[in-house]
Amino acid sequence: MIGMMSKAETQRPRTTGTASPLLSLQGVSKRFNTSRHDTTAVEAVSLEVNAGEFVCVVGPSGCGKSTLLNIVAGLDRLDAGVAMFDGRPIRGAGADRVVVFQDAALYPWLNVRANVEFGLKIKGVRGKERRIATDRYLDLVNLRAFERAFVHELSGGMKQRVQLARALAVEPRMLLMDEPFAALDAQTRDVLQEELQEIWLRTGATILFVTHNVREAALLADRVIVMTPGPGRIKAEISVPLQRPRDIDTHAVVDFAAEIRRELQHDAYASRASGEGYVI
Amino acid sequence: MSSKFFTGANFWRAVRQVAFYASLLAIWQLLYKLELWSPYLFPSPHDVWSSLRSNIESGLLWDSTRASIGRLAVGFVLAFVIGMTMGIACATMRWVDETVGSVVVGMQSLPSIAWLPLAVLWFGLSPKAITFVVLMGSVWAIAISARDGVRNIPILQQRAARVFGASRLQTLRYVTLPGMLPSMAQGLKLGWSFSWRSLMAAELLYSAVGLGHLLQVGRDLADMPLVLAVMAVIVAIGLAFDRLLFGPLEGWVRQRWGLAQT
Repeated sequence: MIGMMSKAETQRPRTTGTASPLLSLQGVSKRFNTSRHDTTAVEAVSLEVNAGEFVCVVGPSGCGKSTLLNIVAGLDRLDAGVAMFDGRPIRGAGADRVVVFQDAALYPWLNVRANVEFGLKIKGVRGKERRIATDRYLDLVNLRAFERAFVHELSGGMKQRVQLARALAVEPRMLLMDEPFAALDAQTRDVLQEELQEIWLRTGATILFVTHNVREAALLADRVIVMTPGPGRIKAEISVPLQRPRDIDTHAVVDFAAEIRRELQHDAYASRASGEGYVI
Repeated sequence: MSSKFFTGANFWRAVRQVAFYASLLAIWQLLYKLELWSPYLFPSPHDVWSSLRSNIESGLLWDSTRASIGRLAVGFVLAFVIGMTMGIACATMRWVDETVGSVVVGMQSLPSIAWLPLAVLWFGLSPKAITFVVLMGSVWAIAISARDGVRNIPILQQRAARVFGASRLQTLRYVTLPGMLPSMAQGLKLGWSFSWRSLMAAELLYSAVGLGHLLQVGRDLADMPLVLAVMAVIVAIGLAFDRLLFGPLEGWVRQRWGLAQT
């Protein structure tokens, strides 16, 4: 296991000293206007993500982290600021930035294989090329044996692996993950976190990962962005210098998670004192 | 397969059903023998059977059935195309729902036969008038279930398509149309049964070759066996379409979506 992991480590294509970041957000704001009241979901957020990086955005519910991800995905339009991807302003969604959603994003009328093929089909990849790519990513998430299964026959963890394969199959420049493991039970979550780490080490993908789970962030991220709500702002940015592959039960990861939690809690007390309490 | 049939639950179910229908026939025959009503008003099962056979042999029943099903098919296909288009437009564009959508809901409460006077004035005494009534009978039900079908597609399934850069046409083809099938399986069945009823009502009121007209002929000639034979044919056609057309569609939906067998 350890041997395999370190082999994966050496295979990972590292990008060093890139001239410009793959993703660059400058002073990005987003408001949602409803009939009752206007809420500022994200205010003046600046963030850069380099190619090959694994960045986690952590914060309590309502801190705007999913909004931030949707802006990068091109699903939400921003109200102020600049969002650049690969040197160009983000205008709408595109297969270069694919989202893995929390749940219920697979198509029940398609079997596992056809679900993984979905993005390739939209992209216009045909015939042998599509078959080979689909096989490769089914293998990557260990679901080749279940390729004929329907979505409702899969466990929660398997569904998320199908989503991951579907997203990776179109070879996006950046993978956006919106609390992908939040709906899973603890054991399944541990397994999938480990698998994701391994896949990231192997493929060299760039990942922006949104979560409210600090242990998850400490395990996976190169860099953790801590966000606070009301309005959603970036409060801290923490580099995670831990060696890979990491194990969620080691002291290093647990201690680091505690450090992230302290950042979050410090703010929770502060805002509770000012009468804007929220639950982490 | 066959050995399984003779020992399994299917076998006993078949036995029960045969016994049930046989006893219905027996009661019918008994009531006929008791001569409570005149044989003209209450014919025996055998009279109905011979009427059915002679009318099949003369080709009258066949021609009527063909004419009725032809009209039904044209009206239903038109209703399907128009209803799907209206339903999808209502579900995807708010201004269409606010305008056309309210008309659809209103029209759904109008019994389709109420369109017949208008249809006769517009199309004259022609089969077109009947086809129009059939169309009006089912188009609203199909439009409503198409709209609900699109609305019931989980938002993340629609977003996932956008994320992969799907065009509007690709989203329609790969997500909207298959995603609305659970609702459409119900909606088409409902629309079809509305069409079938509208057709019979229209054919009864306005003469053209058809099963409804044949019922009317039976009444005019006081030919009760013919009336009952035609009614049996109408029931049989209804059941056949239900089993052969909509049964498999529903089964497919249940299998893919993992819905419980009912």
